[in-house]
Amino acid sequence: MLTFAQEAASYETLDSNATAVICCGVTKEFGRGDGKSIALRGVDLDVAAGEMTLLVGPSGCGKTTLISIVAGLLDPTEGEIHVLGQDLRVLKGHKLVDFRGANLGFVFQQYNLLPALSAVENAAIPLIALGIKRREAIERAGELLNAVGLGSKLKAMPSQLSGGQQQRVAIARALGHEPKLLVCDEPTAALDAESGRVAMELLRKVAVQPGRAVIVVTHDNRIFDYGQTIVHMSDGRVVEVERGNA
Amino acid sequence: MGWVAIKMLAGDRTKFFGLIFGVSFAAFMMSQQVSVFIGIVRRSASQIVDVRDAPIWVMDSRIRHLDEVPGLPATDLTRVRSVPGVDWAVPFHKGQGLAKLANGESRSVVVMGLDDATLVGAPVEMLAGELADLHKPDAVIIDKAGYEYMWPSEAKSLAREGYRLNRTFEINDRRAIVVGVCRASSPFVTLPLLYTRFSQSSRYTPERNAMNFVLARAKPGENEQEVCRRIQEATGRLALTREQFFWKTIHYFLASTGIPVNFGITIALGFLVGVAIAGQTFYLFVVENLKQFGSLKAMGVRDSKIVGMVLLQGLVVGFAGYCIGVGLSAGFFTMTNTMTHLAGLYLRGEAMVGVAGAVAAIILFATFVSVRRLLVLEPAIVFRG
Ligand SMILES: Nc1ncnc2c1ncn2[C@@H]1O[C@H](COP(=O)(O)OP(=O)(O)OP(=O)(O)O)[C@@H](O)[C@H]1O
Ligand SMILES: [Mg+2]
Repeated sequence: MLTFAQEAASYETLDSNATAVICCGVTKEFGRGDGKSIALRGVDLDVAAGEMTLLVGPSGCGKTTLISIVAGLLDPTEGEIHVLGQDLRVLKGHKLVDFRGANLGFVFQQYNLLPALSAVENAAIPLIALGIKRREAIERAGELLNAVGLGSKLKAMPSQLSGGQQQRVAIARALGHEPKLLVCDEPTAALDAESGRVAMELLRKVAVQPGRAVIVVTHDNRIFDYGQTIVHMSDGRVVEVERGNA
Repeated sequence: MGWVAIKMLAGDRTKFFGLIFGVSFAAFMMSQQVSVFIGIVRRSASQIVDVRDAPIWVMDSRIRHLDEVPGLPATDLTRVRSVPGVDWAVPFHKGQGLAKLANGESRSVVVMGLDDATLVGAPVEMLAGELADLHKPDAVIIDKAGYEYMWPSEAKSLAREGYRLNRTFEINDRRAIVVGVCRASSPFVTLPLLYTRFSQSSRYTPERNAMNFVLARAKPGENEQEVCRRIQEATGRLALTREQFFWKTIHYFLASTGIPVNFGITIALGFLVGVAIAGQTFYLFVVENLKQFGSLKAMGVRDSKIVGMVLLQGLVVGFAGYCIGVGLSAGFFTMTNTMTHLAGLYLRGEAMVGVAGAVAAIILFATFVSVRRLLVLEPAIVFRG
């Protein structure tokens, strides 16, 4: 068995479109006894780096549960998950937190910006969490906001921004530390058609990079065209994988 | 992440001010009540503290506190004087009498009889008149609060006209002439304090043996405790240093009056109100921000940092609340210091330290409850709507 360092190193040496996420027989049960509900019933899935993978399926089929597990925010009941060459089962406590901080980026349906911080401060958070000095982090976050077209809104508070603008701040926040895996849950669900399109364009242009995997959960069929791979889920299982979509 | 914590806290105006209000209120109530309590309890022994020139008190051995003093036979004075190591010893009288004023009203008064020759135990600060005038026939010196209590109708014109010296009244059918007004610590019961010569005080009070204390001093270089022990051995009386007598009286009051309980209840209420308001508001603040803390966790902020953030938030609230509360308390005492019956009470150092501890406990409790919620928080809630 390879150590963490060896696995990570072997991942680095693979070509940039290597498999970023491998799920093997992943199940997830919530509760026990009569109140038990089974969210995942054995998911096998590979996610490639360098492209956008869409995760689609009816409400309640387990999409959010699956990406929570992939992102190391939730423990599976059974199964193996390798993210960027790292077996998540062996990462515990603050090692897991540090792994997330260094390698993962998140975009949420409800943006999850801190309302008391300005746009640029919000975007700087992951950098600061990595130990970068506040000043420098804010400076870099400002450049990122420029890149997502919000150069004039650096000091704006989230409550002064539209939903689409807040989501763009969230995308900037998710990318500042150049994560190798970006996880987005319904990033367009709270947005109108035009703002949703802008957000997806941004993800396609700015987020998708060689060596970075982007997983987008959605049931918004207007955006299916943005994904190179579409994974269909139903009732806790992966039922179909369309590759080479766009 | 400290600045993020502060911005989060201050960003929620309502809760922020609610929290600070809760802690300030508790700190104010506790520091004010503890100070008043200490001040009032000390009053029970204030006449001991006011006697600055005699470090040893000799009294009947069955006495429990300052206001319960049977007389001593006159021979005790000579016996104390002959104990080795005693530098000097003088008689001292403390008793109560009924004063009859010129207008026919009467007042209970505390009479203190000082040794005729030395005036040991005399007031330190005179506001009007001369201490030496106490040697004149029928002379008494009265304390400021007592003067206002005896002649309340003159209180308003006092500032303009000053104290009226040489006025007379009667105690126990004997004449008394006010030759001076002094400052003295308030006694526990707010009665006027009259200082007079020992030979005269025996005529003001009906007791047979007027001397109920012998005040003494040890020779330079002698150990006071040791001299006290020798006096006790030689006379069979109780001999205490001023400090010991002070605490004996205080302990008696603490143990035998309802005062500690009453104050204790108010102080405990202040504490509980603080715990309830601050604890609950803080908990609500954290619970409402669970998702924010969750996203920080998801983005790689360690639990220890999150706990640090919450502690910092608690610290800010606690510090601000403490300063405001204790500041209000100090303001209260400054404002009330001109009111005679509240004069002499002030914000006590003990209260400030104790309240700091209590506020720390309130904050620790509030943060502890909230931190538990954060530590068990599933960061996966960030994906939930
Ligand atoms: N914390 C939880 N406790 C209990 N059951 C849960 C929990 N989280 C999810 N579930 C259940 O697991 C199943 C899958 O939920 P999940 O949120 O993953 O679905 P989803 O595909 O993201 O749905 P949607 O499209 O509505 O967001 C659902 O039946 C849900 O009720
Ligand atoms: Mg979902």
